[in-house]
Amino acid sequence: MANNEHTITIDGTEIHFKAGQTIMDAALSAKIYIPHLCHYPGLTPSGNCRLCVVELNGKHVTACTTQAQFGQQIRNQTPELHAARMAITQMLFVEGNHICPSCEKSGNCKLQAMGYYLGMRDEHYPQFNPRREMDASHPAVLLDRSRCILCDLCVRASREVDGKNVFAIAGRGIHAHLIVNSASGKLGDSDIAVDDVAANICPVGAILIKEKGYVTPIGRRIYDQRMISEVAFDEHVPEHEEHGND
Amino acid sequence: MNQYPNHCVDFYASHVLHRLYEIQHTERHISAESMTRVANEFKMSASQVASVVSFYAFFYPEPVGFYHILFSNCTSCGYQVGQLNLLEKICRLLSVVAGKTRGDGWVSVGETSCIGMCDHGPSMLINGMPLVWLDDERITQISCLISEQKPLEQWPVEWFRVESSIRKHGLLLSETVQPGSSLKKVLASAPQQILNHIIDSGLRGRGGAGFDTGKKWQFCRDSAGEARYVVCNADEGEPGTFKDRVLLENNADALFEGMAICAYVIGAKKGYLYLRGEYRYLLDHLQNVLKRRYAKSLLGQSIVGQAGFDFDIEIVVGAGAYICGEESALIESLEGKPGIPRIRPPFPVTRGYLGQPTVVNNVETLIAAAHIAKNGRDWFKSMGTEESTGSKILSVSGDCRKPGVYEYPYGVSIQQVLDDCEADNVQAVQIGGPAGTMVARKDFSRQISFEDLSTGGSFLVFGENCDLLSVNQNFARFFAHESCGFCTPCRVGTSLLTSSWQKIMDGRATSLDIHEIKQLSALVKRYSHCGLGHTAANHILDSLQQFSERVEKRLTRKTFTPQIDLDAALEAARKMTERNDADAHLE
Repeated sequence: MANNEHTITIDGTEIHFKAGQTIMDAALSAKIYIPHLCHYPGLTPSGNCRLCVVELNGKHVTACTTQAQFGQQIRNQTPELHAARMAITQMLFVEGNHICPSCEKSGNCKLQAMGYYLGMRDEHYPQFNPRREMDASHPAVLLDRSRCILCDLCVRASREVDGKNVFAIAGRGIHAHLIVNSASGKLGDSDIAVDDVAANICPVGAILIKEKGYVTPIGRRIYDQRMISEVAFDEHVPEHEEHGND
Repeated sequence: MNQYPNHCVDFYASHVLHRLYEIQHTERHISAESMTRVANEFKMSASQVASVVSFYAFFYPEPVGFYHILFSNCTSCGYQVGQLNLLEKICRLLSVVAGKTRGDGWVSVGETSCIGMCDHGPSMLINGMPLVWLDDERITQISCLISEQKPLEQWPVEWFRVESSIRKHGLLLSETVQPGSSLKKVLASAPQQILNHIIDSGLRGRGGAGFDTGKKWQFCRDSAGEARYVVCNADEGEPGTFKDRVLLENNADALFEGMAICAYVIGAKKGYLYLRGEYRYLLDHLQNVLKRRYAKSLLGQSIVGQAGFDFDIEIVVGAGAYICGEESALIESLEGKPGIPRIRPPFPVTRGYLGQPTVVNNVETLIAAAHIAKNGRDWFKSMGTEESTGSKILSVSGDCRKPGVYEYPYGVSIQQVLDDCEADNVQAVQIGGPAGTMVARKDFSRQISFEDLSTGGSFLVFGENCDLLSVNQNFARFFAHESCGFCTPCRVGTSLLTSSWQKIMDGRATSLDIHEIKQLSALVKRYSHCGLGHTAANHILDSLQQFSERVEKRLTRKTFTPQIDLDAALEAARKMTERNDADAHLE
């Protein structure tokens, strides 16, 4: 076996990693699933959702932001971590208004899929029922903040892949919310385009493409077919295109 | 003689936080137009500016009153005085609703986290200025002056007088560092020699975490970078802490001396003092000290004639965010961003301010370093314990007759401090503020040290008549308010802890709820991104463990009670149907 110095162990399975990879990168390459919502390969990791927390030498670290290092003994699928991931997912559910049965993202939604993956049967915590502003000003893209889980993926995708900087997170604590970078603060006045990665990367139903809601019928959607733990291995944002080099 | 760079000692709108403060101060809010203007000036995006404005408590998108009052809601300098609620009282007198600017635009009243006036009785900030020793009568007088629209300059000066109540002088407080005396001594030796001296002294960070100061400096010195920075963390925000305020008032020279020594050791040309927004009133004083030091060639180019030793210090003032006391959040704020803690590693010593190696030290730590440079490591090590050398400065407040600043050798017992501050019938002490440890009477022999109870300096005393559960509620609200919102367990968890604890306070909780709160606390503690989340539930776990009988007394006997009061929830329906008979009620 080549490169023996580039191995880590996750739940007893030894896997290889390339220099510079995080634990999450290495795990995904080796087809080991570590639950995550705010991470998307190809974007700078953020570590905000905390679902990918794993045990490393007795410490709790996020797999998406921790560099893989030779000899790490990592625990990923443990009853304790499972319970924590369930609680964190439930927190995300109660913090916003998640209307799964009537949400057009149903079946394509990662938060919902995570609930199924973890065996979540209820929301457990009392609902926050927040009132957050909806923005329907853009002809093709809808922003419903009440479904936002503050994963920051649209913010990063817009900056890092689309080269546009359309979104940001503002406010603090439970009042944190997604804002749009335009003088009016409206999506319609921003330079977002319907085929931007930022417009399509939302893991929940906070950023929706208009007039496409039921093109794929419920029952034939992404997570109706496959578990989130399988789909995760196929994900990667398109390579960043150099702008202005054509 | 060194000429000082203008941006270093004049309050100058070169920093986005200062520019926003200026707008807030003159226009009483920061409008969307102002944000666009600032975005253009600072070459930021509109959303970046909006993120900053909405992150800091002292910036407002809607106009506040010409008289803008913020009461501290700390357990020591807060507005609840026994049965009397000063905030409610002034709202009543001025016909204003808390959190809303009065219709005529003259007054607004709100609350803010501890403003560091815990030894000065109930306190408020009025247009950013601390007003101390509030009581029933003073509140009435204030409301009269506001009704007469009398400018603040004409209010009695003594109302604003913040004294330095130093009750006990120890190693650091009993001696002043003559400007330049430490520096001159230091410059006779090579930087590494000075560093070894600091390492040998055993000095550990006085902010609470206790990282080895010399080691921190060494790491920074050894890190590759284009520039290095010294940052003084004067964002003293832990409720119950005010010793840095007193040190800034009385020992600023020693502090700047400490920063310069650190600069000499690590090779920094620039230092920042990050001052919490609540202490803005100290700005003039601090800038005057800086000016004097420039005049004496203790700052600037070729300090005390040493060619190549150039060091400038600039003050940056925060805008109301407890989290900025976390060193990486502080650096983000220094860079003009919301104070969201960074992913670590890399640590600031390798990648800090502007991505360069940076030392972030607390006020007390840097002052201690200046003293060590002058008096030697053995002098310092002559006090304290094995792992905690030197002294600790405590801010003592709460139910005691002599609140103030006390300096002790490390290892002092809680009982000793209680005796000195004249506190009787104490049921509990909170060491290190809400993020610290709640200690019950049976453990008052425990000691202040890194081996036992470490603290940034907050020492809150709770007497026999204090309702400890309401203290927990105060702390829980504090963390929910101060969470930066970046990560799920802290953002949602601190809010859930507040509502769960309220359920106990309301007498509606069951033993099942206690079990739930314990699990939730463990989750927030273990899975959060930074120290705020890691410590936010400590006070709850301490209380549940040490004062379980008090908590149990408030429980209902039922095995389960829903979070919402179901009968109360039916009230709207009863009104609509005009029913109020027994069948229209639950239970």
